[in-house]
Amino acid sequence: MEAHSIEFKDVWKVFGSNRRYDLTCIQDGRVSKADLLERYGCVVAVAGVSFKVEPGEIFCVMGLSGSGKSTLVRHVNRLIDPTAGQIVIGGENISKKSENEMRELRAKSIGMVFQNMALLPHRTVRDNVALSLELRNIPAKQRHDIAEEKLALVHLSGWGDRYPDELSGGMKQRVGLARAMAADPAILLMDEPFSALDPLIRRELQDQFRELSMKLRKTTVFITHDLDEAVRLGHRIGVMKDGKMLQIGSPDEIITKPRDPYVEKFVEGSSRLKLLTAESVMAPLAEYSLTAPANELVGARRLALDANLKELATVLNQSSNGPVVVSDREGKDVGVVTTAFLLRGIEERA
Amino acid sequence: MNLENVLNPFTVWHVPLGQWLETGLHWVVQHYRPLFQSIKWPIDQLLKAFDSALTGIPPVIMILCFGLIAWQIAGWRLAVKIVTLLFVVGILGIWGETMTTLSLVLSAVFLCIAIGVPLGVLTARSSRAAAFCRPILDTMQTIPSFVYLVPVVMLFGIGNVPGVIVTIIFALPPLIRLTTLGIQQVPEEVVEAMRAFGATNHQLLLKAQIPLALPSILAGVNQTLMMSLSMVVVASMIAVGGLGQMVLRGIGRLDIGQAATGGIGIVILAIVLDRLTQSAMSRARNVTLAWYKRGPTLVLTNILNTFRVRPAARQGVQESRNGTAI
Repeated sequence: MEAHSIEFKDVWKVFGSNRRYDLTCIQDGRVSKADLLERYGCVVAVAGVSFKVEPGEIFCVMGLSGSGKSTLVRHVNRLIDPTAGQIVIGGENISKKSENEMRELRAKSIGMVFQNMALLPHRTVRDNVALSLELRNIPAKQRHDIAEEKLALVHLSGWGDRYPDELSGGMKQRVGLARAMAADPAILLMDEPFSALDPLIRRELQDQFRELSMKLRKTTVFITHDLDEAVRLGHRIGVMKDGKMLQIGSPDEIITKPRDPYVEKFVEGSSRLKLLTAESVMAPLAEYSLTAPANELVGARRLALDANLKELATVLNQSSNGPVVVSDREGKDVGVVTTAFLLRGIEERA
Repeated sequence: MNLENVLNPFTVWHVPLGQWLETGLHWVVQHYRPLFQSIKWPIDQLLKAFDSALTGIPPVIMILCFGLIAWQIAGWRLAVKIVTLLFVVGILGIWGETMTTLSLVLSAVFLCIAIGVPLGVLTARSSRAAAFCRPILDTMQTIPSFVYLVPVVMLFGIGNVPGVIVTIIFALPPLIRLTTLGIQQVPEEVVEAMRAFGATNHQLLLKAQIPLALPSILAGVNQTLMMSLSMVVVASMIAVGGLGQMVLRGIGRLDIGQAATGGIGIVILAIVLDRLTQSAMSRARNVTLAWYKRGPTLVLTNILNTFRVRPAARQGVQESRNGTAI
């Protein structure tokens, strides 16, 4: 399925059954949050959020618990309806869709992974993965074949007959991921999928997810409270606090140029060295060849643009500190890294 | 008005509720008795079906059937226990009475499930329905059964069918309550996940809520079974046959022997039914092996497979043998 964009247009969500408050008063700040809670018993969960997730992009929404990030992501499949504002998926305003159309959209185009996995304990792994297909009445044989295929995708072939209870936490969440992808949806919603796992497994799953999403290119909204995770996985990151989107930017921007004191505090402890890539320290090939001896690059090792500090250091050591050529995704050589360039890059970020 | 009347106004002012109820009941009996009589018909059919099946089958075959069912549900140990207990019932000479009582209890429980589970689902889903049902269930659970014995006789007459009706009134509430509880205890995140993958309300109920509430619903069925059994003696006062009748007659004639024998029959029936439903419950909680890979069905398929000569079938035997090892 081709990727869709997701656009939030000034989305507001106020929780509470009391309808007597005036939303415009909240929106222009005449009624404070404390007042709203005291006088009307209502809570603002999302306060005027606007942003667009491009097709195929992984957008990480980061924030502490209670910042409204989980509420926000549930607007995409309308498990929660916005109080005001619009959500536009692939150019279509989904607030206008009927309950039936919405169900269709959820089953076909939106996969969701939950923090607590939320697998059905009375069903086998295979039947869990095939859930969205079963709900659409796809014949058993066909949906089981698809389920097996998706299980292979998350390295769980042969576990289809087991029950969720027999699986470890990491495996359960892989089942959750396979279930979300069973219908081959255009959009993936990840609600803190790896937060409940221990650090090693989390890391492993992050790697697997990164690999998968590179292959599948699904528009993804990824909720997390872990900055490292957001940096590792996200093309862009949005930082949320008290229902507001404070800053949106690439991982590098968020960490090196925080625009808000809260974001600054959030990224303070994080090492910028993580963001060092071959691309950010290399010299363009043309520029380098002007000054270098002609045969220097013959037989030099190759690295990808997104090679990280460790990979750079390893390869540089292996090629006895000689220059390393950086090539882009198509395999075209675009730049050169030497030990001196790497050290300069580290100096800038330390 | 003197001071005494002011301090204790209830000597003069009181509502003759008893009279009203009696008049009301008489009016209902006069005008609507045919309606209530027609309600009897389906219950009567059900009861007759159970009764003719249970009393018609020879005891030895019946005991064997019970043994096989127990083996399938809970393994051979329980099967041996249940076969022994039922053998005792036969030896005591109360087989017929026990089967009559069993058919009554089964009809009552069957109807309780047919009424109780949908009602439980309804009250779990709608708070308005829950608010409406709660006082009614409270009343059903606390009101002494003798109180509704008389109106039921007036409306439905005496015999086994009204017996089933009073048993339903007595035994229904726990099933409704436990069904509601079971459905409400289905984790919120599972419900959310079902909705996120596009489930309709109907699918949510059938594919997630009821299966996950099953242990709780079965606990309700177990409760209903036990309460139906304890109603047997009371129901015998409106001419319901079976073990209850034995006990009642025994008490009336001060025939301790007969009363005790009937009592023992009730206890044995209770143990058999309780153990069966309990093990069905624990099975619903931890599903590990499909039903056809256990107990007598497995043995049967193995036997059938050995008689086939095709190599594919041999492989099948091997597989199901491996199945038992898990």
